[in-house]
Amino acid sequence: MSRERRLTEVFVEITNSLVDDFDVVELLQTVVDAAVELLDIDAAALLLSDQRGDLRGIAASDEPARLLDLIELEADDGPCIDSFRNGEQVTNVSPEDADRRWPRYMPAARSFGYVQAHALPLRLRGNIIGAMNLLSAQGRDLAPDDVIVGQALCDSATICILQDRAAHAQEVIAEQLQGALNSRILVEQAKGMLAERSSIDTEAAFRAMRQHARGTNQPLRAVAQGVIDGAILDLGRVRD
Amino acid sequence: MPSAERVDEILAGIYGEVSSPTPTLPQLLVDACTQTLRVTGAGLILLSDSGMAVIATSDGVAQGIEDLQFTMGEGPAFDSSSTGRPVLQPDLKRTGPERWPELTSGAAALGVQGFFAFPLQFGAIRLGVLDLHRDAPGSLDRGELAEALAFAEAAANMLVDMQVELPAGALHAGLAQPLENRHPLHQATGVIAVQASVTLAQALVLLRAKSFALEQPVLEVARHVLDHTCRFDD
Repeated sequence: MSRERRLTEVFVEITNSLVDDFDVVELLQTVVDAAVELLDIDAAALLLSDQRGDLRGIAASDEPARLLDLIELEADDGPCIDSFRNGEQVTNVSPEDADRRWPRYMPAARSFGYVQAHALPLRLRGNIIGAMNLLSAQGRDLAPDDVIVGQALCDSATICILQDRAAHAQEVIAEQLQGALNSRILVEQAKGMLAERSSIDTEAAFRAMRQHARGTNQPLRAVAQGVIDGAILDLGRVRD
Repeated sequence: MPSAERVDEILAGIYGEVSSPTPTLPQLLVDACTQTLRVTGAGLILLSDSGMAVIATSDGVAQGIEDLQFTMGEGPAFDSSSTGRPVLQPDLKRTGPERWPELTSGAAALGVQGFFAFPLQFGAIRLGVLDLHRDAPGSLDRGELAEALAFAEAAANMLVDMQVELPAGALHAGLAQPLENRHPLHQATGVIAVQASVTLAQALVLLRAKSFALEQPVLEVARHVLDHTCRFDD
C-alpha cells in the first residue's frame, strides 16, 4: 500500500475518533503508531499537558520509548520539553548540539539505543498542549516530507483534543445551568408545600426555609428537597 | 451537523447588537429566526423534569403555542426534548391529532399549521427546545433544515455563554426573569400536592386538568390556588 493511501486511512481514523466515543489515549496511540509506520523513525512517544499545564506521558510505540519519555520528564530536559515550551519543531539537531542542550536526556536515549531524537509540537495557534518525540536508532535526519507528515499527524490530534475539551467544558456549564434551573423550581414547589402544610403564606414559608438552611448549615436546595420528600414537614412559625 | 462557521456567524450577528450577554439576547435570537428562516414565529424554552420556562417568543402566537403545550402537557417540544431529536410537523392538522390530540385543535385556532421543534443540548444534558412555527403547511427543505439546526446550536451555545461567567447555582438575569414569572405556578403545584395528597407530578396534572376544564390559562388558575379561591382537597 502506498504511503499516501495509508496516510489517508490514518487521518480518517483520527477524525472518526471525534464522532465515536472519544478516547484521548486511543487517539494518541494511533498517532504514535502511525508516526513509526509512516516516517523513517524507529519509535515515537507523546507527552500531553493536563488542564493545569503539567506534562504527562500518554502514548508510546514501544516500552523503551515510553520509559525514555518518563526520564525526559524527570530530567526536565529533552527535545519534547523544548518543543512544548516554545511551540517549535525540534528537528535534525547535530549530536554535539544535542549533548549540549540535553545533557541528561541524550545519555539516557543512547542507553536505549537511540542516537537521535526529534520533537514536534501539538499546537493550534497559541495553544500548545503537548509534543511528540520521534526517535531514531540510525541517526538519519528527518526528510522535509517526514516533518510535514509528522506535523500533520500532530495537528489533527491537537484539533480533536481541543474540540473534545471545549465540548466537555460546555457540557459542564450546561449541566450547571440545568442544576440552577431545577433548584429554582424545587424551591418554589417546596414553598407551596410548606405554606399549605403550615398554613402560612409562601413568603413566610420561604423565610422559614432560609432560616432552617442557615441553622442546619445546609444549602437552600437541600432544605427544599427535604420539604418535598416529607422529611421536613413543618418548620413552624417564623420568628420575626 | 450544522457547520461551525454558520453557528458562529449567527452568534456574532446577535452578539454584535449588544456589547455583552444581556437579558435581551434570547429575544434577539428568536427575532433573528423569524427574519432569517421562512417561519412565522419562534419560541425559545427551557425544559426540564421539573417544568418549562418560556425564555423568549417572537410574538403573541408563539407565546400562545408555548402556553398551549404547557397547559396540555404535550406537544412537539416535549417529544423533541425527551428524544433529543428534532420533531418536524409540516402539516399539524393532518399528523398532529394522532400524537397530540389536545394540542392540535388549539394550535389550529392560533393559526399554527407547521411546527418544528429542535432540542437544545450538550451531550447528555438537555436544556430546552427551539420551536419554530408557520401559518401555512409545508416542509423545511434541506437548506432550511440545516439553517434551523444552526440556530438551535447557536441558541444552546448562547444559553451556556450567558451562564459561563457566573458561579455554579447562580442564574443569568435573562433566564432568571422568565423563570420568576412562573413561580406562582410551581408554588401552586406544591399547594395542590399537599391538598390532594399527591406527588408534585400528579399535582401538575391536576392543575393542567383544571386549567383545561375552566378554559383559563394555567398561570391564572395557579394564582387562584395561591389565594385559596381554588382548592383541591375534596
